Amino acid sequence: MKTVYLDYASTTPVDPQVVASMLPFFSQKFGNPSSFHHKGMEAKNAVDDARSRIASLLGCSPHELFFTSGGTESINFALKGIAFAHKQKGNHIITSTLEHHAVLDTCAYLEKQGFTVTYVPVDAQGRVNPKDVERAITPKTILISIMYANNEIGTIEPISEIGTLAQKQGIYFHSDACQAAGALDLDVRKLHVDLLTINGSKIYGPKGIGLLYARKGIALEPLLHGGGQERGMRSGTENVPYIVGFAKAFELAQSHRDQENKRLTKLRDALISGLLKIDKTRLNGPKSNRLPNNVNISFLDIEGEAMLLYLNEKGICASTGSACASQSLETSHVLRAIGMPYEASHGSLRFSLGKYTTFADIKKVLAVMPSIVKTLRELSPVRLTIKHFQ
Amino acid sequence: MTVRKKDNLRKKPELHADVKAKVDSQKWFYTDEVKEHFFKPKNFMDEKTSKTYKASGIGLVGSPACGDMMKVWIKINPKTERIIDMKWSTFGCASALASTSMLSVMVTEKKGMPIEDALKIKPQDIVARLGSLPARKFHCSVLGDKALRAAINDYFRKTGQTKRIITEGARVIDKATGITDKDIEEAVLEGADTLEKLQQKLKVGIGNPACLPEVEQLLRFYKEKYSG
Ligand SMILES: Cc1ncc(COP(=O)(O)O)c(C=O)c1O
Repeated sequence: MKTVYLDYASTTPVDPQVVASMLPFFSQKFGNPSSFHHKGMEAKNAVDDARSRIASLLGCSPHELFFTSGGTESINFALKGIAFAHKQKGNHIITSTLEHHAVLDTCAYLEKQGFTVTYVPVDAQGRVNPKDVERAITPKTILISIMYANNEIGTIEPISEIGTLAQKQGIYFHSDACQAAGALDLDVRKLHVDLLTINGSKIYGPKGIGLLYARKGIALEPLLHGGGQERGMRSGTENVPYIVGFAKAFELAQSHRDQENKRLTKLRDALISGLLKIDKTRLNGPKSNRLPNNVNISFLDIEGEAMLLYLNEKGICASTGSACASQSLETSHVLRAIGMPYEASHGSLRFSLGKYTTFADIKKVLAVMPSIVKTLRELSPVRLTIKHFQ
Repeated sequence: MTVRKKDNLRKKPELHADVKAKVDSQKWFYTDEVKEHFFKPKNFMDEKTSKTYKASGIGLVGSPACGDMMKVWIKINPKTERIIDMKWSTFGCASALASTSMLSVMVTEKKGMPIEDALKIKPQDIVARLGSLPARKFHCSVLGDKALRAAINDYFRKTGQTKRIITEGARVIDKATGITDKDIEEAVLEGADTLEKLQQKLKVGIGNPACLPEVEQLLRFYKEKYSG
């Protein structure tokens, strides 16, 4: 059976061109960039080159980029790095209820360290209102962190507006752009961000590699101490092949962005309108102003993990915000943040599309989904009626 | 999930390392037995049957808010006091659906299970018949036996045998799931020594956080009782 992979927001396959770019750096050009000989130089040049290429896509200087082990580390670096370096100035941080756990859990940790955090609510579409952010600012606010695009429901946040108001007040602004890196404009000047996180695993690059952009002149406390790599800000021998692959992946993603977005938007909208034809369903997140590859639908009266297992049996890979599929047994905090009632929050599915997704894949999902829903509803004693579910 | 003897567990808990991986190494995927019951559920109540089904007793537990809800219909032969038929309907994940399906097989096989035995079924028994469930999925099986007991009680009520209605000396702590103090005691004995572990096992208070203070109090109480 052919696999229909619709979980690109979890991770993407590594592009063959990316793999090819990485291969020489495992066994031939294997040097340590810190070594003072030609093998070291070769590796150092590769890292410098990758850094410059990424910098030119972000519209920043290469010295403003720090390679890390992925999105989670970059986020930790940004939040803890700013908090610990600027605690003399203040102890207040602003973020949103919609953030990835990497942000929320780091904030929870910082709260234990004596910082206070305001979690700005979002509207029913998952959008942060910049006015709410502005109202949350206090004289003690040192950092605002709002994601560029949400991983579950695809909402795109008004980053440059928030960035502009943060800048005016002299407050540092970080954005988690992991989900946006393949689809949206990442020019840091236009976004008015001081710090920005992206990673390789969502853009057809390798997993376990990411970067933090930090505007020149911003004091950050490093997380990792040691050999002084990354200008003393992130010690540890550079992951040369992954850095090279990351740069290649980012270039590929950004170069095909516009045409790929158009193609994905068509597929996305076909999938959304097809799924909404099923009874008692609703779209989570906005209709437009959402990531071109994100579809998130709730189905009443049935549970998400059960749907996933049926889909898996048909070769379709998707994901769910259902509690039963998560480690914590809590339903998705994102669905609750947009005001989804508990009784409806167990039955959502996310399909995230990517560059190998075809119209045939969408048709396959639309062909099997109605009968999966029907089967599970036949087994279910629940008959809910909730507004906004047609 | 292996069913451990209570006595082994009354020992003091082992010293814990300060750092523990949150994610256990348990496999995520289900046994063939679970899949069989999930993809080919046995004895579920379909729309048509439900219109004419003459149940001796009906039990309903759980709620869509907490993620699991089960309804059980049983037919009892009053002479033999055996369960001769069971139908069910479940809202929940694959484990929950498979557990109810398995339960329906267990109580109706071999000419039907005597009521007295059916009243004693524990989630562990269902899980054992399913081969196993991933540890964090155990809670998905806890509603089946409750729904069955509720149906048997309903039968007692309908047949005027009110004295036989079992309240198990237990008190319902979480109305949404029907979890009782006894369930909590049992879970503590099996090693649930934090609220998080308790919730992994029983799903208590999820979707109904109002009962959590009482749950925590009971957790402390039973922990002290059995670790001292
Ligand atoms: C929005 C967002 N932030 C952060 C992360 C974490 O990135 P990583 O898995 O590379 O640590 C992810 C991916 O899981 C994500 O989608």
